[in-house]
Amino acid sequence: MSAPVVNVSRRGFLGSMLGAGAFILATRCGTNSSESAAYVSRAESALFSPDIFVGIDADGTVHIIGHRSEMGQGSKSSLPMVIADEMEADWARVIVEQGIGDKRYGDQNTDGSRSVRYFLEKMKQVGATTRRMLEQAAADQWDVPVEEVTARNHQVVHEASNRSVGFGELAEAASKLEVPAVETLTFKDKSEYRYIGKPMHVPDLDAIVNGTAVFGQDFKLDGMVHASVEHPPVLGGKATSFDSADALQVWGVQQVVELPYFTPPHGFQALGGIAVIADNTWSTFQGRKALKVEWEDGPNASYNSAQYKAALQETTRSECAVDRNVGDVYAEFAKGGKIIEAEYYVPLLSHAPMEPPAAVADFRNGKVTVWSCTQNPQAVQETVAAALGIPEADVTAHVTLLGGGFGRKSKPDYCAEAALLSRELGKPVKVAWSREDDIRFDFFHSVAAMYMKARVGADGKPTAWLQRSAFPSIFTTFNLEQERGTPLEMGMGFTDAPFQIPNHRVENGPAKNHVRIGWMRSVANIYHAFAVHSFLDELAAAAGRDPVDYMRDMLGQPRILDLSAEAPEYPNQGADIGEYPIDIGRHLNVLNTLVEQSDWTNRRRALRGQKGRGLGIAVHRSFLSYVGSVVEVEVDAQGTLSIPRVDTVLDAGTTISPERIRSQFEGAAVFGASIALLSKITATDGRIDQSNFHDYQVCRIHQAPKHVNVHVIDSDAPPAGIGEPGVPPFIPALTNAIFAATGKRIRELPLEGQSLV
Amino acid sequence: MPTVRVNGVDHEFDGDPQLPLLWYLRDFLGLTGSKFGCGMGLCGACTVHQDGVAIRSCITPVSSLEGKEITTIEALSATADHPIQKAWRELDVPQCGYCQSGQMMQAASMLKETPSPTDEDIDRVMQGNICRCGAYQRIRMAIKQAAEEMA
Repeated sequence: MSAPVVNVSRRGFLGSMLGAGAFILATRCGTNSSESAAYVSRAESALFSPDIFVGIDADGTVHIIGHRSEMGQGSKSSLPMVIADEMEADWARVIVEQGIGDKRYGDQNTDGSRSVRYFLEKMKQVGATTRRMLEQAAADQWDVPVEEVTARNHQVVHEASNRSVGFGELAEAASKLEVPAVETLTFKDKSEYRYIGKPMHVPDLDAIVNGTAVFGQDFKLDGMVHASVEHPPVLGGKATSFDSADALQVWGVQQVVELPYFTPPHGFQALGGIAVIADNTWSTFQGRKALKVEWEDGPNASYNSAQYKAALQETTRSECAVDRNVGDVYAEFAKGGKIIEAEYYVPLLSHAPMEPPAAVADFRNGKVTVWSCTQNPQAVQETVAAALGIPEADVTAHVTLLGGGFGRKSKPDYCAEAALLSRELGKPVKVAWSREDDIRFDFFHSVAAMYMKARVGADGKPTAWLQRSAFPSIFTTFNLEQERGTPLEMGMGFTDAPFQIPNHRVENGPAKNHVRIGWMRSVANIYHAFAVHSFLDELAAAAGRDPVDYMRDMLGQPRILDLSAEAPEYPNQGADIGEYPIDIGRHLNVLNTLVEQSDWTNRRRALRGQKGRGLGIAVHRSFLSYVGSVVEVEVDAQGTLSIPRVDTVLDAGTTISPERIRSQFEGAAVFGASIALLSKITATDGRIDQSNFHDYQVCRIHQAPKHVNVHVIDSDAPPAGIGEPGVPPFIPALTNAIFAATGKRIRELPLEGQSLV
Repeated sequence: MPTVRVNGVDHEFDGDPQLPLLWYLRDFLGLTGSKFGCGMGLCGACTVHQDGVAIRSCITPVSSLEGKEITTIEALSATADHPIQKAWRELDVPQCGYCQSGQMMQAASMLKETPSPTDEDIDRVMQGNICRCGAYQRIRMAIKQAAEEMA
């Protein structure tokens, strides 16, 4: 991130780019051949390109790379907006160009809610560098000191002489200047921002609304064939034989090809299976239905969710490996007194982005170009290169818009399928997953069992608090020996439970794995926050206290929570704990602001006497952001639940796009409602039982929260996460509200199938 | 050989008459604004208009379209300024955007029959269209805003 900014245009790039320009234009139209050796961005090939992220043409068009993937969270525009703002570009004259997979951009893995955290400073530097060089070029032209000129809305002006010159006219002169050292740069004051912190439309809005936006499922190349893969129904299974005769009779079907099966651990490798090739997508699906395949399932055929659940819960009922310890909970429990225990359970979940995974690959002359809806184009390069046995440099990974991702599209197995098939068939191939493929062959969010136990004193507060969880780790995807949750997963809302308790212990139990496990929006926080904040609410109820007052007591005084002795492996989401401490003051501030914004005290009092109505609350730190939710529920006489209002308050430090933040938190409430109310994946004999939206349900408009009010706390703290941290507190806030409304404590998700009357 | 009229243009189709309209639009006509989400009429991403009324193109065989007029998002209005589209832009409804052409086609169809929809109307008609990003609150607001403009 602190790498020096290099003036690309000064290295003589322009001369070699005349051919590339035509190639790039052809690519935009979506019907190129990818014979050209190297793809060069328009930012980098512009007349003046002080950095790989930005370029200016002679006509003043500014090209800015959005190197993070766009799936609605706004990364593609928020980071370019920082460059545009800092360089004083007119946003209307900026073209945001989606960056290909390229390590020079730095991290492109668009998950973990870290786009702004990782790149805010870098983007400011790029913008300030560009502005300085344009100002220098103008000052040189007018022969005045650079301090006397100012870049302002796509021009450089010299007020003393009332002169101005456009960015485009300065591009050539600027391209000949030395790039200033980062230490010499000056940055705009917050009060001078044009775009940062302002409501802005995303660049793809018009294309989305008129139907021309290109997602992975939409991309096409001339001469392309379509493919769809019948995967082994059980993870690790293989076809022992197959008969394609009937499939080949299906209209449009051209060929049937067997893909190789993965070598464990599966990682992001293609699963393998039988691919049906056709001249259109539908025929590939029809052809698969006509295949006759004999499968050998392998050891995961013993996987049944009901038995697995029982075993996981049993694991958490006895002592497990410790991840955090304060005092001695076991000695405290041995004293007897009032003991409260509770078990919580969250099933496997599927990401189910509205767009099922899709990729187009064109392999020729030993190299391959891939276009896909991916959250991580560098992982596409790595995965495809490994699948084909070619260097990563020979994989060009383009990124389309993503029709949702939620973590699924960080795993490019579908890209490897397209690349393998393109090499096999000698032509461009599009692999489109069906919804059934998406749900059955996901990298599932872990099933998890939590056991909580507290000994409470006469004041109703715990003298000892024990948390245990057991879940198949995400890292089973990469390591066959992995049988424990990692500090990263345990650090998502479990080891960092922010309460002041004299005896506090966090444990994790072993869990074997039988399906592909992956990270899903807010990851282990989903089940950990559900258990921790539900249990807190249970203790508050047992003490007969307002959950807010009880929470304040449990949080204690504003302070920095130091886990270095109690939980030495706590990773803090990979961020420096000094820069991003666990700040109980900010946590309390979110709680207090939430109480005010939601009018908690008055509404709680008003609703307490009303049957079937209630409020619930939870405040949770995840992805380094502090987020609180108050959820109001209504349960009618038939037990039907509705969510008339949600209030969310967040402190995510420095923020860029207020409009996208609001929409992300509105959406997080809906995503949380799906998990809390509807969604569940189960397996029978290793096969996933669900297949489409009739049996894997997600929230529809009549089930979703009706009004989500989002309040962003103004902060100059370092930027933290936005896309994910809205999900974890919503779920326990909702189930706590159900308790307030009905007296029923929801300890297992989803609510579907449990009666509220 | 059925004739399929899409966005005012007649097309002759001589393939499998069971081919769903969605795939005819996407893979044969290059109209990819209508999206594939489920293939079973469960999510609404594929919604188009048949004689002005919203249908799920993923479960509508091409053979059923003789004499019908199909309109897709690409032709909802000539310049993408249908009141629904304007409201969708003004309120920044889309997040990822994938389901939104289906949402807009369903909403535009509803406003013809129900010019001033209540929350209950919106719940009833729009519950067939899933938005996994959860833009429902803005979808509801945008429908009401478009209804006001059209009134």
